[in-house]
Amino acid sequence: MAPVTQLPAARQLDMMKALKEAAFAAVVTFGLCIPIIAWGTRQNLDNVLVLDPRWDAVAWAVAIIFVGRFLMALRQQKRGEGKSVVRLLPHGTIGFFQRHSRLFSLAGLGFLVTFPIIAITLAGWGGALKWIDNFGVQILIYVMLGWGLNIVVGLAGLLDLGYVAFYAVGAYSYALLAKNFGLSFWILLPMSGILAAFWGMLLGFPVLRLRGDYLAIVTLAFGEIIRLILINWVEFSNGYAGISGIPRPTFFGIPFTAADDGFAAVFGLEFSPLYRTIFLYYVILGLALLTAFVTLRLRRLPVGRAWEALREDEIACRSLGINTTNTKLTAFSLGAMFGGFAGSFFAARQGFISPESFVFMESAIILAIVVLGGMGSLWGVAIAASVMIGGTELLRELDWLKQIFGPDFDPTKYRMLIFGFAMVVIMIWKPRGLISTREPTAFLKEKKAISADMVQEGHG
Amino acid sequence: MEVFLQQLINGLTLGSIYGLIAIGYTMVFGIIGMVNFAHGDVFMLSAFIALIFFMLIASWFGAGLIVLALIFVLVLAMFFTSLWNWTIERVAYRPLRGSFRLAPLISAIGMSIFLTNFVQVVQGPRNKSIPPMLNKSITLIDSATYTVQISYKQIVIILTTAILLAAFWFIVQKTSLGRAQRACEQDRKMAGLLGIDVDRTISITFVMGAALAAVAGVMYLVLYGVVNFADGFTPGVKAFTAAVLGGIGSLPGAVIGGLLIGLIEVFWSAYFTIDYKDVAAFCILAVVLVFMPSGILGRPEVEKV
Amino acid sequence: MTTPPLLQVEHLTMRFGGLTAVNDLSFEARKGDITALIGPNGAGKTTVFNCITGFYKPTEGMITLTQDSGASFLLERMPDFRISWKAKVARTFQNIRLFGGMTVLENLLIAQHNPLMIASGFTFLGVLGIGGYKAREKEAIEKAKFWLEKINLIDRADDPAADLPYGDQRRLEIARAMCTDPVLLCLDEPAAGLNPRESHDLNTLLLSIRKDIGTALLLIEHDMSVVMQISDHVVVLDYGTKISDGTPAEVQADPRVIAAYLGVDDEEVAKVEAEVGL
Repeated sequence: MAPVTQLPAARQLDMMKALKEAAFAAVVTFGLCIPIIAWGTRQNLDNVLVLDPRWDAVAWAVAIIFVGRFLMALRQQKRGEGKSVVRLLPHGTIGFFQRHSRLFSLAGLGFLVTFPIIAITLAGWGGALKWIDNFGVQILIYVMLGWGLNIVVGLAGLLDLGYVAFYAVGAYSYALLAKNFGLSFWILLPMSGILAAFWGMLLGFPVLRLRGDYLAIVTLAFGEIIRLILINWVEFSNGYAGISGIPRPTFFGIPFTAADDGFAAVFGLEFSPLYRTIFLYYVILGLALLTAFVTLRLRRLPVGRAWEALREDEIACRSLGINTTNTKLTAFSLGAMFGGFAGSFFAARQGFISPESFVFMESAIILAIVVLGGMGSLWGVAIAASVMIGGTELLRELDWLKQIFGPDFDPTKYRMLIFGFAMVVIMIWKPRGLISTREPTAFLKEKKAISADMVQEGHG
Repeated sequence: MEVFLQQLINGLTLGSIYGLIAIGYTMVFGIIGMVNFAHGDVFMLSAFIALIFFMLIASWFGAGLIVLALIFVLVLAMFFTSLWNWTIERVAYRPLRGSFRLAPLISAIGMSIFLTNFVQVVQGPRNKSIPPMLNKSITLIDSATYTVQISYKQIVIILTTAILLAAFWFIVQKTSLGRAQRACEQDRKMAGLLGIDVDRTISITFVMGAALAAVAGVMYLVLYGVVNFADGFTPGVKAFTAAVLGGIGSLPGAVIGGLLIGLIEVFWSAYFTIDYKDVAAFCILAVVLVFMPSGILGRPEVEKV
Repeated sequence: MTTPPLLQVEHLTMRFGGLTAVNDLSFEARKGDITALIGPNGAGKTTVFNCITGFYKPTEGMITLTQDSGASFLLERMPDFRISWKAKVARTFQNIRLFGGMTVLENLLIAQHNPLMIASGFTFLGVLGIGGYKAREKEAIEKAKFWLEKINLIDRADDPAADLPYGDQRRLEIARAMCTDPVLLCLDEPAAGLNPRESHDLNTLLLSIRKDIGTALLLIEHDMSVVMQISDHVVVLDYGTKISDGTPAEVQADPRVIAAYLGVDDEEVAKVEAEVGL
C-alpha cells in the first residue's frame, strides 16, 4: 500500500520543484525587463525624450519564460538528472552521410548546378531572381568565405577575427582597379586574390607568433584598422560614401545590358536581368567549388597535414622540422586569397561598396559559420552557411506574420536578434559544431572517422 | 602647456571609463580564460538602463538634487546590469564550461549580436540623449590664450572611478571572495577540490565586471549625454585593448591600460588628426601584442616544452 | 687526429632570470653510443635537451653536432625546426606530444614533412597534381609501415593516436622521431610510466635502433634498469652541474652520485667531499 500512496506525493514534489524553478526564472526575467523593456524611450514632437510604459510586453516576456522554464524543468525531470540530449536527426545519420559522402557530394553538386533552373521552374521568371540572388548567390558567398576561413581556423587552428579585412581588400582592389584602369573582371579576380594574399602575408608575418586569443584580438584590430582607413582616407576610397558605379562583370566581353551588343541581343534572347544573376550565380559557384577543391587537395598534401598537425601540437611540429611560421603564413595568406576572390566578386555583383559592408560583424558571422559547421568540415560549413544566412533571409519572407502581430510588425527587425540567439543556442547544443568528426588524410586499410573529442582545436 | 594640461584632464576622464570596462574583461579572462565579447554591449545596455532611470527619477522627483539622483541611478544601474550579466553567464557561458575553447567565444559573439539588436528592437535605433547635467566647471589656469578647466562632470567621473576601484581592489585582495577568485584563476579544478564553489565564484566575477561596466555606462551618459544601441562595440574593443595593454588578468593593469588608451586617444586627437584616433588605438594594440604580449603588468607566459 | 664526437656540448649555461638551471656543462655523445643523462628531479636534464634541440637558446656555451659526412652544425645558433631538418637531431617529449586527433599513420607522415614538401614542389605542383608526389608519398607510407611493424602497431595504423594505450604512444613517439632520419635521437624519459614488460620492450627497441639504423641515442631516464642495461656512457647532473661522467659501472660507484641520489647527512657530505677532494 505504502508505495502507491507515495507515488503521487513524489509527483507532486516534482511539480513543486519545477514550479519553483519557473518562478525563479520568471522573477529574474521580470528584473531583466524592468528598465529596458518596461519603459520605451521615444522622441516626442518637441524632440524631447519621453518614456512610454510597456508593462504588457513585460507581462508577456515573464509569462513566456515562466511557462517555458516550467516545461523544460518537467522535461529534465522526466529524463532524469544530467544533460538532456536534443536530437534532430536519428542516431547515426551523420555517419551514414559520411560513409556515402561521395554520393551526397555529387547529389549536392547536381542540385547546385541545376538550382537556377529549379528556381525558374518553381517560381517563374519573375520570382526566380529573388531566389537565385538572395538565396543562391548570397549563401554561396558565405559558403565560400566560410571555406576560405576554414583553412585558417578549421585546419591550421589560427583564430582569425579580422577575416573581413581580406574580403574588403578584394572588393576595393576590384572596385578601384576596374574604375580607374578599366581592367576586366576576369583579370582583376585573380589579381584581387593575390593582393589579398599579399596583405595576408604582410599582416600575418608579425602576428603569427602570437598564441591563442591574442592572435584573435590582433587580427580583429587589423580588420578594424583597414576599415577605418577606408573610412578616413577619402581621396583613396571615397570614405563613408563608398564607391559606386563599379563596372559589372561581362560574359567574356559581352555585357548584360539591354543594348544591341548585350548578352540577350547577341544570343537572340529577350532581355531580362535574370541572365546576369544566373551568370553571377555560376561564377560564385565556380569560385566556391575552386575553394573546396583546393582545400581537399591541400589536406592530402604535406602542407595541409602540417596545418592540422599545427592545430594539434605546435611544439611537436617544430621538433619534427616543420617551419611553423611559414606553415601558418601559407594558411593565413591562402585563406586571405579566397577572401579576396569573394570580395572582388562581391564588388562586381553589388556595383557599389562602402566600408559599411566590412564591419567586424561580418567577420564574426563568417567565423560563426565555420565554428557552427564544425571546424575543418566542408560539409558542415556549407550547411551552417545555408542555415544561418538562408534562415535570416527567410525572415524577410515572413510577411504573413503581420496578419498575426499587426501591421507594425517587421520581421526583418528581428533578423540579427534571432541570428545572435541562434549562435548561442547552437553552440550550447553542439559545441563542436554540426559535423565534428575528422576524416583522416591517409590510411592503410580503412578510413575511420575520428571523433571530435580527440581532435584539438589549436591554440593560435 | 595649458593645452597639454587640459588634454590630460580630458584623457584621464575618458581613460577612467575605459579602465572601468577593461576590468570586466580582465577579470573574466583571468578566471575562465575567455574573451567576453559581449562585455562592451553590457556596457551599452547599462548606459540605456541608466538613461531610463535618470528620466524616471527626473519625472517623479524633478531634477532637483542631481547628486542624489546620480547616486540612485548608479546603484540601480549597477544592480540591473549585474542581473543581466549574471543571466548571460548562466544561460550562454556556463553550459559551455569545460567545453572547447572556441565554443564560449562564439557564444559570446552571439550574445553580443543579440544584445545589440535587442536594445535596438526594444529602444529603437535612434540616438537617445538626455539634457546635459553638471555643467559648471572650475577654471584651473586662466592664461591669456587658453583656459584650462575641469568640469564637475570630470571631477565626478574621476572621483567615482577612484572610489569604486579602491572598493573592488579591497574585495579582490582582502576578502575570502577575492581569495576564491584568485584561486580559481590559478587552477579551477583544484580550487573546486578544495571546496570553493567555482560556479558561484565565476558568477560573482561576472556580476562584479558588470557592476563596474554599469558605472562606466552611467559615467559615459553623464559625460556625453547621448547613447546609441551601437555604442557598445568601439568602447568595448578599446577597453579590451586597455586590458591587454595593462597585462590581461591584472586589475591595476586594466586601469593603467584604460588611462593610457584614454590619454593616447585624446592627445592623438588634439595634436594629430581626430580622424585616425581609433586607428591609433588599434595600432597600439597590435604593436603591444606583438612586442610585449604580456602587457605592462601581466606575467609573461613561459612556453613549457 | 681522432674524429670529433657526434655531439659536443661545451660550457653550456642556461639561466632563467636569477635561476641557473644548467651551469657550465660539458659532455659529449659519440656516434653509435647510447648516452644517458641522469640526475635527481630538477637537475636541469630537460633544459639541456631543450638547448640541444633549439627550444631554448642557451645563455652561454656551444653545442656542436658533427655528422658522418663531416658537416658540422652549431646547434645553439639554429632555430628548432632546422635542427631537426638539417642537423638531423630528433627528440621525444617527457609528456607525450603526439598529434592525438590524427591517425597513427598520419603522425608518421608528418614526420616526413620536409622531403614530402620538396616532392610536392612546395605545394604548387602538388595542387595541380603534377610531379612525382604520388610516388614519393607511397615511399613515405612504406617507411611508416616499416616503423609500425618495428613498434608492433601496424594493426592500429588507421586509429587516432590519442586512442592508443600509454605504452604504445611512447613507442609511436619514438617511431615518429625516427621517421625524420635522425643521426641523434634525444629521448626524454622514454620509460616513464611503463610497466616492466613494456620497459623491457623499449630496451629492445632502443638497442635495435642503435644496431640496425645506426642512430646514436641520448636519453634522460630515471629508470636505472634501463640506464644501466643499455647505456654505454652516463652523465650525471645535479643542480645543473655535472657531477659524474663515465661508464655505467663507474658512475654507479661514484660517491658523489650516491650522495646526490640518496641524500646524506651534512657530516657525511663533508666526508665524501674530503674523499673526492673538493
